Amino acid sequence: MTIVTTGPPPLNPGDLAEITLGHASALPVWLLFVGRALRTLWSNRKARIGLVILGVVILTALFAPVLAPHSPTATDFKPYQSPNSNNWFGTTGNGQDVFSQMLYGARVSLFVGLASGLLATLVAVTIGLVTGYRPGIVDEVLSFVTNLALVIPGLPLMIILAAYLSSRSVWTIVLVVAFTSWATGARVIRSQASTLRDREFITSAVFSGERLFRVVFREILPNMTSLVAASFFGAATAAVMAEASLEFLGLGNPNTVSWGTILYFAQQQNALLTGQWVLVFAPGLAIALLAVSFTLINFGVDALSNPRLREK
Amino acid sequence: MTYLTRKVVLFVITLWAAITLNFALPRLMPGSPVDAALAKLASSGQSVTNAERHAIQVQLGVPNTGLLSQYASYLKNIATLNFGTSYSFPSESVAQTIGKALPWTLVLVGTSTILAFVIGTLLGVYAGWRRGRSADSVVTLGSTLFAAFPPFWLGLLMLYVLAFNWNLFPLKGGYNPGVTPNFSLAFFGDAAWHSVLPGLTLVITALSGWVFGMRNNMINTLGEDYVTFAEANGLRPRTVALLYAARNALLPNVTAFGLSLGAIIGGSVLVEGVYSYPGVGNLLYVAVTNHDFPLMQALFLVITLSMLVAIFVVDLLYVRLDPRIRQ
Repeated sequence: MTIVTTGPPPLNPGDLAEITLGHASALPVWLLFVGRALRTLWSNRKARIGLVILGVVILTALFAPVLAPHSPTATDFKPYQSPNSNNWFGTTGNGQDVFSQMLYGARVSLFVGLASGLLATLVAVTIGLVTGYRPGIVDEVLSFVTNLALVIPGLPLMIILAAYLSSRSVWTIVLVVAFTSWATGARVIRSQASTLRDREFITSAVFSGERLFRVVFREILPNMTSLVAASFFGAATAAVMAEASLEFLGLGNPNTVSWGTILYFAQQQNALLTGQWVLVFAPGLAIALLAVSFTLINFGVDALSNPRLREK
Repeated sequence: MTYLTRKVVLFVITLWAAITLNFALPRLMPGSPVDAALAKLASSGQSVTNAERHAIQVQLGVPNTGLLSQYASYLKNIATLNFGTSYSFPSESVAQTIGKALPWTLVLVGTSTILAFVIGTLLGVYAGWRRGRSADSVVTLGSTLFAAFPPFWLGLLMLYVLAFNWNLFPLKGGYNPGVTPNFSLAFFGDAAWHSVLPGLTLVITALSGWVFGMRNNMINTLGEDYVTFAEANGLRPRTVALLYAARNALLPNVTAFGLSLGAIIGGSVLVEGVYSYPGVGNLLYVAVTNHDFPLMQALFLVITLSMLVAIFVVDLLYVRLDPRIRQ
């Protein structure tokens, strides 16, 4: 019941600035926008569950050094231990504490998910806006590239790319994942941009002499907040899964502590056959939870720009 | 241009682009995959013949020659299925290795895709029909959760519980060790038995796309006038749901086939690896862990081409399903 009084969602960051300046607020505009977005998301039940899970993962990643009972890399313990009072999730074949590794592992998964999601969304928004707003040869070529990227199987392409790139760092994975998961978002944004192109407010913006850059980023883009957010969380979900898959294959950096590398070493040391199922179960569940949180938040994202979808 | 000609032209162009991408990738990469491949071949104790060296260079990049002539010999090699020698399987050509593995994957991924489509669509119809009720929440939240499981992880867990702890299914492989693949009924039964767990893993993780697509289409279709009219005529609810709404909601779901296929093919790589299934995915797993670039590159081409062909076939089927695009 909170919807109607707040009025229509901000269509233009400029408008928002005027409204909020009236309240003599000292906060920057984008922060207010994020705050308002979070509040809308919070009012959606599914998105709220997602935000809570994501919040827990973020806190774990931030405070891993405080929370972890042991060093994640030190080989201080007897190898291949089952869960006990000292090592809650047991120890690896090298005698490392798995519980501490799990806490530190949140950092890599979260970073790769958010960074690749952000990069992929940047590419998707740029290509989607350019192709959607400017029909012609550029649109034809980029649309073909987008459709090609859509039909090329993503994970095999990632595997090939990661295998050719011999440098093993987290950034390699971020770039590879971003390079392979922008296409879905680009196509959705393109179709939305091409429908907005013929609207009256765009025509009047063009006639009033606004430059192309301003029309695209100040007039069209704010009307697609939910699509952009949706492609971000979609790409982030894909990135978390892809990172785990690549690291499980041994294509990540084996010296970093992440959920994917815990799985990799568990498989290398046949953890399941020796009864150490926690080594496999825990990191996989953590990856699944992070992916679920992004998907759940995505359910609430639709409500961001469409008040009719908001749950009462 | 008719729908059919447009699809054929698009298919041919996409095919060419995929083949060219496969040519460009190793040449754009920093470092030299050729040197890496040759070093690996030499370190495995084999003598590298000039023919082999040439085959690898044609595939991954020849130093000091024009790109155009490299591209020409690359195309010639593909046309003649000459993918060189892999060092993971030195006794046979890459084409033979892949040829043996391809039928396994086609059957496994094909069956899983069809099963996931049927089950997912039915669940989507049900969730859409019961939208807002608890059945809808259970189906949508359940498939969200299953879609978030990394396929290889779900495979590992099922392997551990169902095969290792309870001995219900075989632990690994595509058929009993010691048996040579043949066309007997006993062998097919054995192979099917070995495929249950990998297939189940793929079906479970691929369900959600179909469920969500079908659920949303159902909700849209249920708002149409002819559905209201059918209800007003006193037709049974099940008849309205299945014959009036679901029939028409199905069409857009078929077009989403390509994207879902990509997900299931990606999943199959690691799932086959986990189960040591004798298919293409497991070969890619082996090739990656051995840094076997010639095999890897040929496999990527085969996987991409299979996917393009599958999407093309679905496009052709679509003509039969939707009479509007036949004109």
